[in-house]
Amino acid sequence: MLALYMRDVRLAWSAGGGGGVGVIFYLAVTAVAPFALGPDLPLLARIGPALLWIAMLLALLLGLERLFQADHEDGTLDQLRLADTPLVLVVLAKAAAHWTAAALPLIAATPLAGILLNLPPGLLAVTLASLVLGTPALALIGAVGAALAVTLRRAGVLIAVLVLPLSIPVVIFGVGAVEAAAAGRAVGPPFALLGATTLLFAVLGPIAAAAALREAD
Amino acid sequence: MSVVSEGAAKRPSIINPGRFAGIADRAVPILGVATVLALAVGLYLALWASPEDYQQGSTVRIMYIHAPSAYISLMAYLVMCSASLGTLVWRHPLADVAARCAAPIGAVFTVATLATGAIWGKPMWGAWWVWDARLTSMLILFFMYLGLIALVRAIDEPVRAARITAIATLIGFVNIPIIKFSVDWWNTLHQGASVIRLDGPAMPASMLTPLLVMALAFTLLFMTLHLAAMRTELIRRRARSLRLRTARSAG
Repeated sequence: MLALYMRDVRLAWSAGGGGGVGVIFYLAVTAVAPFALGPDLPLLARIGPALLWIAMLLALLLGLERLFQADHEDGTLDQLRLADTPLVLVVLAKAAAHWTAAALPLIAATPLAGILLNLPPGLLAVTLASLVLGTPALALIGAVGAALAVTLRRAGVLIAVLVLPLSIPVVIFGVGAVEAAAAGRAVGPPFALLGATTLLFAVLGPIAAAAALREAD
Repeated sequence: MSVVSEGAAKRPSIINPGRFAGIADRAVPILGVATVLALAVGLYLALWASPEDYQQGSTVRIMYIHAPSAYISLMAYLVMCSASLGTLVWRHPLADVAARCAAPIGAVFTVATLATGAIWGKPMWGAWWVWDARLTSMLILFFMYLGLIALVRAIDEPVRAARITAIATLIGFVNIPIIKFSVDWWNTLHQGASVIRLDGPAMPASMLTPLLVMALAFTLLFMTLHLAAMRTELIRRRARSLRLRTARSAG
């Protein structure tokens, strides 16, 4: 499992600099927003966390299509299915690798994006915490979508359509935590809900994705 | 009436698709008549016999369409979930047909709910659309229906399409409690639950009765449409297998 995880992370980083392009995309989306909204700094600071969450969601959709498809095409997936490791754990390892390769660089780039959006340091810290807690859920939901569409050509749009509705609770609780912090309310409850969502999808996601992968011949 | 493929009779099945087609043939007209009767009674009670609301006036009557549509749009998803379990656990061919046929009906009732909600919202809230938890979660339900329909159509092979869509359907079930309880969890503009409550319905009988009759009528309507769609789908599959066999013997 660890080997699989390391392999996937390495592959994701070597294949055309997947993580790097994701970061550029993420920063580009956040940089486009001020052009659309106008250079109103207080407004940007207010909606900044929400913009970061949306940019994160879109950036994480980017590499999803290839998450299982490449392995399906070259037969690795069959090997993984025959191996002793349960497929559920394989999915978990691949989702973790996807998170490390795609989400972690984005989270690292978030302080920079925060400067672009005039985010105060306090809120930036809460936003970072909400992203760290919430993005694993996004990666797990994404793995389900990728597994469902593994045999389809040009599955990208379909994956987005399947994944986005499921991601909405994560976004609600994630942005809710930041809003609570901005309004001076307790951040505990939204963080607890966000963590609960992540744990829920940590259980459901791999089971569903593994079931979908077993259907792919 | 035999609209079943040869293989189906040999499959271990709780309900034989052939027998089901026979039952559906007889049930659809009966259900159709029952639906028309219930709708006639329900619409009379709802549009003429029920009192106007002391605040909302006549517009409250939109409720008699809106609330049953909302209930059906959730119920259709629950039907799809149980059918998906049937597909995944027992590999029953009818379950797949049931799930596939419920999706478009559910999507249409979701649209009806959103549309009547918008028409009701315009005079009450002063806007067609508000970013309210219940409205938004219903819109998400609509997107989920569309996503599932797109998924089932994107996969050519029927068996795999059924099983993969079943998995997606069950994962989407996560959102159903969120929709149901959104009015209780987020105190936003949409009014709270007023029929199914611990302390009984918060509604006078003169309004509750038409609402329940309409709910019954909509349930019958759903059953009629669903059975008819399932019968059509079975015939379509039969035609497909015949076509394939003809093509095989010709080639």
